[in-house]
Amino acid sequence: MLRGFVAILRRDLLLAFRHRSELVNPMMFFVIVLTLFPLALGPDASTLRGIAAGVLWVAALLAALLSLEGMFRSDFEDGALEQMALSSQPLALLVVAKVLAHWLVTGVPLIVLAPVLAVLLDLPAAALPVLMLTLLLGTPVLSLVGAIGMALTVGLRRGGLLLSLLVLPLYVPILIFAASAVADAALGLQVGAQLNMMGALLALALSLGPIATAAALRISLGA
Amino acid sequence: MTSEHSSPAPDTRTEVLEAVNLACQRGERLLFRGLSFTVTPGLTVLVEGSNGSGKTTLLRTVCGLMQPEEGEIRWNGAPVGRDRLAFQARLGYLGHVHGIKDELTAEENLRVAAALAGVSRERVAAALARVGLAPLAEVRARQLSAGQRRRLALARLLLGAARLWVLDEPFTALDRAGMGLVEAMIEDHCAAGGMVLMSSHHGVELNCISPIRVEL
Amino acid sequence: MSMWAWFHRLASPKHFYRIAGRWIPWLTAVCVVLFVVGLYTGLYASPPDYQQGDTIRIMYVHVPAAWLSLFVYVVMAGASAVYLIWRIKLADLVALSSAPIGASFTFLALATGSLWGKPIWFTWWVWDGRLTSELILLFLYLGYMGLRAAIDDRRSAARAGAVLALVGVVNVPIIHYSVEWWATLHQGSTVFRAEGPAIHPSQLLPLLVMGLAFTVFYLTIVLIRARAELLLQERRSAWVREVIDSP
Repeated sequence: MLRGFVAILRRDLLLAFRHRSELVNPMMFFVIVLTLFPLALGPDASTLRGIAAGVLWVAALLAALLSLEGMFRSDFEDGALEQMALSSQPLALLVVAKVLAHWLVTGVPLIVLAPVLAVLLDLPAAALPVLMLTLLLGTPVLSLVGAIGMALTVGLRRGGLLLSLLVLPLYVPILIFAASAVADAALGLQVGAQLNMMGALLALALSLGPIATAAALRISLGA
Repeated sequence: MTSEHSSPAPDTRTEVLEAVNLACQRGERLLFRGLSFTVTPGLTVLVEGSNGSGKTTLLRTVCGLMQPEEGEIRWNGAPVGRDRLAFQARLGYLGHVHGIKDELTAEENLRVAAALAGVSRERVAAALARVGLAPLAEVRARQLSAGQRRRLALARLLLGAARLWVLDEPFTALDRAGMGLVEAMIEDHCAAGGMVLMSSHHGVELNCISPIRVEL
Repeated sequence: MSMWAWFHRLASPKHFYRIAGRWIPWLTAVCVVLFVVGLYTGLYASPPDYQQGDTIRIMYVHVPAAWLSLFVYVVMAGASAVYLIWRIKLADLVALSSAPIGASFTFLALATGSLWGKPIWFTWWVWDGRLTSELILLFLYLGYMGLRAAIDDRRSAARAGAVLALVGVVNVPIIHYSVEWWATLHQGSTVFRAEGPAIHPSQLLPLLVMGLAFTVFYLTIVLIRARAELLLQERRSAWVREVIDSP
């Protein structure tokens, strides 16, 4: 049963690599959105420092949202998704493989880029490890939950805005706990509570998300 | 032919697909109702009907991609829903869209299909050769012609796990040689105890055609 | 007739249409009575709050509206589960019909919450925990309605909506908890704690009556909507033609 999982994971990573000019898009978006805030609010360092935690996470969240489009659309349109749904492997397992590949390609770069960008907003160094930890715990949840929304709308021609409406309310808890953790870390406070909540959300998303996504994919395929 | 499955090869003589009292709807329109037929090993059941009569819907319903309004599909006597994965392990579907990734080579595409089907990747070379694509194994699917892509999709059926082939207009985009290939593949498959359910526009001449025809 | 047989009959479109048609007038009457009693005792007869004076009276609309906004979502999710598991079309009708009603309750809760806050905070909006939760709940409702409207095939739309409603209902407690946590982090107390544990019995009774009134209102409207939707969906069948042709 693991063969199918590994094959799809490798396939998606290989396909992403062959489209590698597109890999940079989520990262560019992350940077550009971040840049908008000093432009809108003025370059005063103390203002920026005050909003740094929240702005970094909102930008990462929006970059994750934007990259959802690539998750199932191509496979849906060329029939590869159908074949996965009809294979001898459980679709939910193959979904985990796809989401994992998607996260590796779109989420991990954000984690790597974040400390560099945090400097732009003068986030205190003490908060950097927590920033990366929240992204490490949070971006998989964004991918897993986003996958459900993407699966529900993949059959729609202009599903982009609807996808945002469906997914953003579900992103709120992660945003609240993550931004709070980073802000608290910048003040030198304890962040155990927030990180625990994020870990719990990750566990929940990992156990229920793929099942919901597989159900949603079957509905989209049956239309 | 051996597969990687640890369970013993099932007795192919008893495998049978039954459609019982099917009714299918597309949007608001009821396409057909009370449709029943059987597909048995060694035979090819043809689905005939004009455009829009519901051939594709029927085939997708048999595969489980769509759900019927009424009736059920049975595999080996039991409703398909009871052990869907076991049914799907024996199913090979070729629809209007091929399921081929443009940015993978022909060989890479089949390797993924082999992994999904749970068969050894050594079968890939033989399958490619059978459909005449062996020299193009390292070519990206994007660069293949429409006919070659269809052959690649057909090669997937040859990887060996599928006993029931469900083919939706398999002759599309193929030249005479290609059509001859498909006919030969179907004949060989039926001769080896496999079964085929297919729709086609063209008049199909095969030895293994079942006396049961589905007319929509 | 046994319970199961009765339920089975109810689930058949034709019988549901008839049975619901008989209940609606009674429910409407009960609803009107409850509203009259509730509004009278709440807006007129009950004593003003010692802190907030007469502005507390908007609580008698705001709080039940908030209760119902959540209750309707849970009903929607429950109906969706029934639909997905047992394929009973009536369950989907209930879910579909409930969504706009729930969204309206949510909007009412937001509007009355805003009105309530204005005299106290002098702004039209406060990022209070309750109000923020209601706002996100409104987005969940709108997302559900948007998804169902966007999918052309009626059955796929129903199933997709059902999955979304179930995903939503799992998230509602999580969202509510996280927003509450966020609100207490950034604000000491909230303005809407007036109806907290120290609520006075004279305030409790009108609240409960209004809550009941809103619930019966929901039941009435959902039946009306479901019947209308049923006629639309089954318009080709014989029994609908009979209904339309009969005087």
